[in-house]
Amino acid sequence: MSTETSVIHDIGYQRYTGPRLGRGYAVRSLYIHALRTAFGLGRSAKAKIFPWIVCGIMLLVAVIVTAVRSQIGEVVLEYRDLPDSLSAVIVLFLAVIAPELVSRDLRSGVLPLYFSRPIQRTDYAFAKLGALITAAWLLLAVPMLVMYAGAAFGADHLADVWREADDFGKGLAYAALYALVFAPIAMLVSSFTGKRAFAAGGVVAIFLVTAPIVGVLGFVGNQTTRDLALLASPQTMVYGVKSWLIEPQQDVVGAYGPVYGMAAVALICLCVLLLVVRYGKVAR
Amino acid sequence: MTLIATEALTKRYPGGVTALDELTLAVQPGIVGLVGANGAGKSTLIKILLGLLAPTSGRVQVLDLDPAVDAEAVRARVGYMPEHDCLPPDLAASEFVTHLARISGLPRTAARERASETLRHVGLYEERYRQIGGYSTGMKQRVKLAQALVHDPDLLLLDEPTNGLDPAGRDAMLALIHRIGTEFGISVVVCSHLLGEVERICDSLIAIDGGKLLRAAQVSAMTEASDVLAVEVSEGTEELAAHLATLGLRPRREGHLLLVVLDTPETYDVIIGAVADLDLPLHRLDQRRHRVAELFATNAEEVVGVN
Repeated sequence: MSTETSVIHDIGYQRYTGPRLGRGYAVRSLYIHALRTAFGLGRSAKAKIFPWIVCGIMLLVAVIVTAVRSQIGEVVLEYRDLPDSLSAVIVLFLAVIAPELVSRDLRSGVLPLYFSRPIQRTDYAFAKLGALITAAWLLLAVPMLVMYAGAAFGADHLADVWREADDFGKGLAYAALYALVFAPIAMLVSSFTGKRAFAAGGVVAIFLVTAPIVGVLGFVGNQTTRDLALLASPQTMVYGVKSWLIEPQQDVVGAYGPVYGMAAVALICLCVLLLVVRYGKVAR
Repeated sequence: MTLIATEALTKRYPGGVTALDELTLAVQPGIVGLVGANGAGKSTLIKILLGLLAPTSGRVQVLDLDPAVDAEAVRARVGYMPEHDCLPPDLAASEFVTHLARISGLPRTAARERASETLRHVGLYEERYRQIGGYSTGMKQRVKLAQALVHDPDLLLLDEPTNGLDPAGRDAMLALIHRIGTEFGISVVVCSHLLGEVERICDSLIAIDGGKLLRAAQVSAMTEASDVLAVEVSEGTEELAAHLATLGLRPRREGHLLLVVLDTPETYDVIIGAVADLDLPLHRLDQRRHRVAELFATNAEEVVGVN
């Protein structure tokens, strides 16, 4: 800094006469800012480390799968199986990024600055949630795109590419389901504490603690209990929905497919509702 | 145009606490000091003005808009600087203020330009590219002010802007607020529990206590009447008082001081003449700083007396 040597010419204050865009633009700006924050863009090098490592792992898996497939000519991993095999990475990503998006704002007390601008409290919650869902979806969709590109270039006939597109589309849909169910849970937990470590622990705990319940329910009880056991944990719940809609397997959820569908929708709605309630009250 | 108008504005919190009690105000544009002790209802009033809280009863208008109905429109034209810490430590000031400018509706390029302009106006230059976490309290207060100013509001609401600053920092912040109110042409409401601080820069003052209006008036009206000269002589105070009285000045004793109302500039000459006539050792002759605080104090007693 050289305030002593340089002369600062004060040209005086200028009033702003340009356009003022409305609430929609403000919410979009917040969404884009949050999405960039999720991947550490526009942030310090330290903040980039984690998201980039996670992205690197996902892409590495995609590249390996694609390479193996082109060598041995067999599908090693279906698109729709990618989320299930990497669900731990997704959970970890959400457990770190969700607090980054919401707990950090609670801690620094920045919320009054948002709420004193032309957006609503719920706009804030939805913009952040939208960004988190998009980030989680991209985390799965981009590796799938890499796999698809690899498959498309290695295909002999155009018909194969089209058949592949059907699988690819199902994969993207399943990735969206993953993001839609997981992100609201992570965000809801994170919105209750300003301490990022607590929030991350809470998110991981929800996914970890519920997993053994599924196992226990799968052993005890009758066929109905076993068919419904997967509802107990978010990871297995989305797997149940997949087994019903995307990749019909009667033996996983039996005749209870629609129950899984409804449960997933109910879970999403509940989390969103609680988020709206939470942000209606949070003061700072 | 009336900047802020309230009519029998009342806010009762669910716990039974009455933060604002039938408050009726009409605030004209300019720099307005909103003074009151902690818990007097200042912050509640600000939240209602921003449309963040709904009043229990009564009416309120900000810039001729009703914040209870048109909260979005009000908030687009108002800048708010909260009392507490509200800055993310891991962002650079320029980036943070740009981001908030966009949330206020400024397009991308305009937001960036306005952010650096505003940060320059509050006195942050190259530092604006550094992370806020490394800033001093004074710099943080400036960033808070910049984010309130970045979208060029018509009204600034500043909640305790000098909180946590050292005396030099306070003076700088007050000078800055004064500049915003006069040179920038933006009306400012400054909340403070320190009357002595805001009276220096304000055009008008509003004092509230317990959610009720204590007094609202132009600062000039309050101070004009209260200008007095303090005269101190080492000896012969009584003699001087008697002599001044014969010259028609009606002096008043206050300890070892004589207080004389300053009617015209000639009053100085009259006093000097009187001291010289009596051949007294003059210790001090100065104009008292205006005593708005006293005025508020006496008025508060009066109000209490009437009730």
